Amino acid sequence: MSAPPESESHRAGSPSGPQGHGSDELRIPTDAELAEMSTDDLVRLGNRIDDIEVVADRARFPVPGTRAEKRAERQVAGWFILAAIAGLAFIVAFIAWPHEWVPPGDPGSTWYALYTPAIGVTLGVSILAVGMGVIAYSKKLLPEDLTIQQRHDGRSGEVERRTAAARLVQAGQQSGIGRRKLIVRSIGAAGGVLGAGILVAAFGGLVKNPWKEGDQSPLLVTDWRSENGERVYLRKFDGDPTDVVLVRAGDLEPGSMETVFPFKESQRNDPEALTEEVRSSDSPVMLIRLRPNVPVIKRAGQEDFNYGSLFAYSKICSHMGCPTSLYEDQTMRILCPCHQSQFQANEYARPVFGPAARPLAQLPITVDDQGYLYARSDFIEPVGPGFWERRP
Amino acid sequence: MSAITTPRRSGSTAMKLVGTAADEIDSRIHPAGGIRRQINKVFPTHWSFMLGEIAMYSFIVLLISGTWLAVFYDPSMAETTYEGTYAGLRGVVMSKAYESTVNISIDVRGGLFIRQIHHWAALLFVAAMIAHMMRTFFTGAFRRPRETNWVLGVVLLLTGMIEGFIGYSLPDDLLSGTGIRTGLSAIILSIPVIGTWLHWAIVGGEFPGDIIIPRFYIVHVFLLPGIILAVIGVHVALVWFQKHTQFPGPGRTERNVVGVRILPTFATKAGGFMVVAVGVMAIMAGVFQINPIWKLGPYDPTQVSAGSQPDFYMAVFDGAVRLWPSWEMYLFGRYTIPSIFFPAVIGMGILTTLLALYPLIERKLTGDGAHHNLLQRPRDVPVRTATGMMAMAFYFWLVVACGNDIIGYTFDISLNVMTWIGRIGLLVIPPVVYFATYRICLGLQRSDREVLEHGIETGHIKRLPHGEFIEVHQPLGGVDDHGHAIPLAYQGSKVPKRMNDLGYSGHPVKGGWFRPDPAEEQGDIHAGSGTDPLQVEPGSDRELAGRPDAGRPRDVRD
Ligand code: HEM
Ligand code: FES
Repeated sequence: MSAPPESESHRAGSPSGPQGHGSDELRIPTDAELAEMSTDDLVRLGNRIDDIEVVADRARFPVPGTRAEKRAERQVAGWFILAAIAGLAFIVAFIAWPHEWVPPGDPGSTWYALYTPAIGVTLGVSILAVGMGVIAYSKKLLPEDLTIQQRHDGRSGEVERRTAAARLVQAGQQSGIGRRKLIVRSIGAAGGVLGAGILVAAFGGLVKNPWKEGDQSPLLVTDWRSENGERVYLRKFDGDPTDVVLVRAGDLEPGSMETVFPFKESQRNDPEALTEEVRSSDSPVMLIRLRPNVPVIKRAGQEDFNYGSLFAYSKICSHMGCPTSLYEDQTMRILCPCHQSQFQANEYARPVFGPAARPLAQLPITVDDQGYLYARSDFIEPVGPGFWERRP
Repeated sequence: MSAITTPRRSGSTAMKLVGTAADEIDSRIHPAGGIRRQINKVFPTHWSFMLGEIAMYSFIVLLISGTWLAVFYDPSMAETTYEGTYAGLRGVVMSKAYESTVNISIDVRGGLFIRQIHHWAALLFVAAMIAHMMRTFFTGAFRRPRETNWVLGVVLLLTGMIEGFIGYSLPDDLLSGTGIRTGLSAIILSIPVIGTWLHWAIVGGEFPGDIIIPRFYIVHVFLLPGIILAVIGVHVALVWFQKHTQFPGPGRTERNVVGVRILPTFATKAGGFMVVAVGVMAIMAGVFQINPIWKLGPYDPTQVSAGSQPDFYMAVFDGAVRLWPSWEMYLFGRYTIPSIFFPAVIGMGILTTLLALYPLIERKLTGDGAHHNLLQRPRDVPVRTATGMMAMAFYFWLVVACGNDIIGYTFDISLNVMTWIGRIGLLVIPPVVYFATYRICLGLQRSDREVLEHGIETGHIKRLPHGEFIEVHQPLGGVDDHGHAIPLAYQGSKVPKRMNDLGYSGHPVKGGWFRPDPAEEQGDIHAGSGTDPLQVEPGSDRELAGRPDAGRPRDVRD
């Protein structure tokens, strides 16, 4: 698979002497001859040197001044005129069109809603028309071009290959690096250690131990964990974190669902902590009241987690952690809107359809002496998506 | 002294000035020879060679519009209470990232337009890359010597998708927050052994933490655009120096390029096309609303909007995790490999590896190590074409699966049925597509051969004196002594199929909208021929490109 001989000699040959595709040798004119050559001659000379052959370079309108030519000219100019008009319209619209937000429905809201379309269309048409004008120019007025160029690809010429290789071999030999084993090894050691050092410097700062807190790691516990024995109550949330409403068993209709969050009495006057609790990514819980007399299957070890017909399940999907916000009372299924996993509420929220593999974690609940629901403890398993260290 | 420094022939002062300037430059930097070589360069033209350019133009739009956005955007997760213009959000607690994006959309004049052009350009960027990749795949443009560029293209596709995902996350709205939770946090957590450590390294702790948006920001505006820009540079430089492939056709061989020169035709056309592409993006950004984040609300891990779909290029991942069954692995009764690890990490890893290695795989299977500069028509390589269509079917099926809840809702189909349709379809549809494509390729090949052998069907049926009916064909290569068509060999390029393709329908009269040009101006020489330069037939003594076995691997140099 070697290159054809003609191009071979070209590449190996003198810088001055590329040939055309034919056989005749290219003669490089003297400076005096160059000075006498016409533009066309010079272009032809350049073509020979670059090994291109212009097959067609036809003027579109060899006879000037025909109607067709004037028409073509007008069409091209038309695009540029359109561009100028649209550009002007853009400037006017950008400055003068009402751009300040108006509530939908109020007078002027339609004008406001049309601000972005107005500037987009005027600017877009202006840009588009410039482009169309340039394309029209090249299609209608520039000469038709058809040119053939020889590729000269594949391997380099033999002279190039051998001389380059020889230089490399020689440089290698002269450095003597092949003989100096000690230096080679120490360079290797230096490079390796320095490389490792750079990696440590670059990524060392990022490394953090997720298990620093041991079995209290954030992966394992949630805000439902009680610190120093303080009760963690279930609270509702209607948009204002400081408006704490606790939940009683009777607050829920049979067959209904309510999203609840953890609340500790010590946080009552701490708006920041309250806000944090209702936005945390692992504490939202669905409190579900099953209708009376529905068959219930409980999970081993969680037999007393419910309070009567009230069941509390983590809202965080065991698949990839979306909030599973839809509860369908007829089938008693909890549906996750992200990938449609479904969990059976009367059967310890076990997954019955879709990609989720694990039940939703269940929160053990009961009531205090005034009838307010609270969590007897944190979840007994991690909530949300799985991870390597999660015990099955 | 070089030719460009010789202003002698043109009398005007302007030309003299240009000439002097050119000489000043050339005598210092010596570029004359190189410049001549580059503007003399020949580029083959075909509409499908524009797809890669569209990707490049949309990237340029991204760089410019993104820089503008960065002037107003605040990548901070610090919480604040919105008290701005937009009534729907007043009093809502949100991150500064979200607030500043709302301000760009509502308060900054023209801000919504720039946000929308940035988002549309991002979608177009990935879409154009996919279309461009399909073009190089189905025409065999990735074969030796262009395998490097295929791999660089796969790198661009992946980094482009990641860049888009990260940009989509920056506004910190409800939809994008859910995206980070599922697309980043849950998937990283699922990686065995290092998953939790990696999550802590990237997110800085438990999801969502308070560092991910600032980190995403620097990656999005600096790291990835820099990498993408550098890779695009190498990618385009390789096209430039290896010279573009071309379709077989008159005068085209493995060893030449037939087309137009950079100056003036290619440069003006490509430049004009770029401006048109930018104009189209601007119109789209003005007219079509995209990602109205002020309506979605800020991110809140306890909420989700129903029917949440990612941008289309992420849909394939989402579809894959929707369809994967609930298969999880437990090791030694102690460790868990969550189910999402298999589709999201292993599955996508295998697919992208296969994609990147495809040129190598094909070379191993066909033994074709030859140097190729001529493209193939997809029909001439049925196995590859069918494989590609099968892969596309697999891909699009996963994309469709990502919208299964919307489809189910729209057509009143149960979600469970939709999921099962998705799962079964994923196994059944790709092989069916493979088989159908393969047969279609063979059918198209036969119809080409048919025309080359007998000629084009004219639509005329003739009854001979003895009663026999014959169909009249227009032979393409003349007739022999018995009046039978002389069969032609297939040469890998388009075969005319209708009489019109031979010019039998004539040419329209030249003229304006209301009247024709006068008769004496009707000739080609007056009116401009208007034909595509590539239709100009080069000298007939030239070697023809297509060979009877065009499309089959072979070294053309021996
Ligand atoms: C490589 C291609 C890029 C892609 C695919 C991309 C994609 C995106 C997407 C999808 C968004 C969300 C848009 C939205 O808010 O609706 C975004 C936002 C943003 N991008 Fe890019 N981007 C790219 C390059 C850049 C560059 C180069 C910069 C800056 C130099 C930049 C700066 C920004 C900023 C500041 C935002 C947030 C502001 C906002 O969302 O309104 N992007 N990007
Ligand atoms: S996150 Fe709930 S189904 Fe995927």
